[in-house]
Amino acid sequence: MAITRGDVEKIAHLARLQVSESQIDKLTGDLSNILSLVDELQAVDTTGILPMSHPLDAQQRLRADIITEENHRDEFQRIAPATENGLYLVPKVIE
Amino acid sequence: MQWETVIGLEVHVQLATKTKIFSGSSTAFGAEPNTQASAVDLAMPGMLPVLNEEALKMAIKFGLAIDAHINEKSVFERKNYFYPDLPKGYQTTQSELPIVGAGHIDIQLADGSSKRVRIHHAHLEEDAGKSLHEDFHGMSGIDLNRAGTPLIEIVSEPDMSNAEEAVAFARKLHTIVTSLGICDGEMSQGSMRFDVNVSVRPVGESKLGTRTETKNLNSFRFMERAIKLEVERQIDVLEDGGKINQETRLYDGDKDISRAMRSKEEANDYRYFPCPDLLPVLIDSSYIDAIRATLPELPDARKLRFVEQYGLSDYDAGILSADAGIAALFEATTAKSTDAKLSANWIMGEFSARLNSEEKTAKNSPINAEQLGQLILRIKDNSISSAGAKKVFDALWTEEGHDVDAIIDAKGLKQVSDTGALEKIVDEVLAGMTAQIEQYRATDEAKRKKLLGGFMGPLMKASKGQGNPKLFTEILVKKLDG
Repeated sequence: MAITRGDVEKIAHLARLQVSESQIDKLTGDLSNILSLVDELQAVDTTGILPMSHPLDAQQRLRADIITEENHRDEFQRIAPATENGLYLVPKVIE
Repeated sequence: MQWETVIGLEVHVQLATKTKIFSGSSTAFGAEPNTQASAVDLAMPGMLPVLNEEALKMAIKFGLAIDAHINEKSVFERKNYFYPDLPKGYQTTQSELPIVGAGHIDIQLADGSSKRVRIHHAHLEEDAGKSLHEDFHGMSGIDLNRAGTPLIEIVSEPDMSNAEEAVAFARKLHTIVTSLGICDGEMSQGSMRFDVNVSVRPVGESKLGTRTETKNLNSFRFMERAIKLEVERQIDVLEDGGKINQETRLYDGDKDISRAMRSKEEANDYRYFPCPDLLPVLIDSSYIDAIRATLPELPDARKLRFVEQYGLSDYDAGILSADAGIAALFEATTAKSTDAKLSANWIMGEFSARLNSEEKTAKNSPINAEQLGQLILRIKDNSISSAGAKKVFDALWTEEGHDVDAIIDAKGLKQVSDTGALEKIVDEVLAGMTAQIEQYRATDEAKRKKLLGGFMGPLMKASKGQGNPKLFTEILVKKLDG
């Protein structure tokens, strides 16, 4: 399965990645190559094999419902570009 | 043309855990912004989520309560979208293998019949943070305290056919999750949020019409209005020869209008895939059975018990059993008052009216079961009239007083039930009402009852409102009929 420039532009937009014109061509080729590899895998007969959701043959560990985190807002906000009244400020998301 | 409506619901229920679904941060409501947002919640690099067992147990409890299949293997996936109150860039949720499979909930309709609404599945996921769009110099403020709060999303089949059924379903769900103790049920704090999928089709058509989804309704009233408005809108569009766009809509409860979200706001391409940070959740039947053993009494069972144990009507039992807080209050009040029917009437009448008008719940009401039971006991033993009881109720509600007997004394509401004293008052009053007595006696016996009111007023006045009206009437009739 080959992907198009349009697919790359769309994926880049969804991930909010800025990709230059020249990069788009290269990425279109690279991603298409990855998908050809997937096509090869798809060709393998998997009848009777359960889909795997994780490569490790293990199960999720569970945590007790106990508060273990303290307030470190000041430390976290020291690296934020903009804060006010304890809020992180970001470019306006609605008009 | 005749139209029929098809409604399905997606309900987000915040689980009442102490900590978040994947981190040890507190989930308490109302904290200072970002003071309950840890490195995991902020999506700092290198952080690993670890599942909160209590959230898992609560989801299983819900599944058992709706008679659903519990999946012994469930998988967390990433639902990718970009929004600043979702710092990871994806919501950790379940899709292919949710913890709770198909189940059902029975709802009571207005005509007393019941209807089964099928549940497609329910899954565990995390809540997002909050974006504040007030003026921050042209920027938005982000509070991530809510990010990572555990949710179950409950997805119904499109089994409801009008707004009333959808509200009945939502209320039943509220009752179930609060009875289970897995959600605090505080709608005003966003503990339960509803997305409604609505479509219409000509009666007799088997194919579903194009649906719209109205998101994030946080009250039963708004939900009802939003559905009615959307049904009207869709019918108008179709009758004018137009077609319905599959779109997401927002309802503004204050203005009672809805609008379509701009397509830019939607970007529905979530690119789900299994979350590599979380392993499959595996449980076995003994784990599920142990949780089953902890289930409390559920509303349907409670209703049956109320009918049997207290002799309530089906209708009264339905109302009193629906809310866990009201049900507990009813039982405690009855234990004190020794009169289930009278307790039921007071709780469904005066008490509920006050709760509703002041948007309070049984839990934070100013009157407790001890006080209400004592008040009803005093009505029952004739110490006060029902009019007097309303005054005592008011005084308790406004916290003018706390002890029923003390309020009765202080307000002089104690009812006189001493027959001798009452007879004396009747004699005195009747002595000055010769004309009315003659009129009464001249009236046909069947119609006399209507004239009694003319005597009761002066009697109550003469007794300063303290005469027992029932005894007054008995004495009065005896004397008048001579």
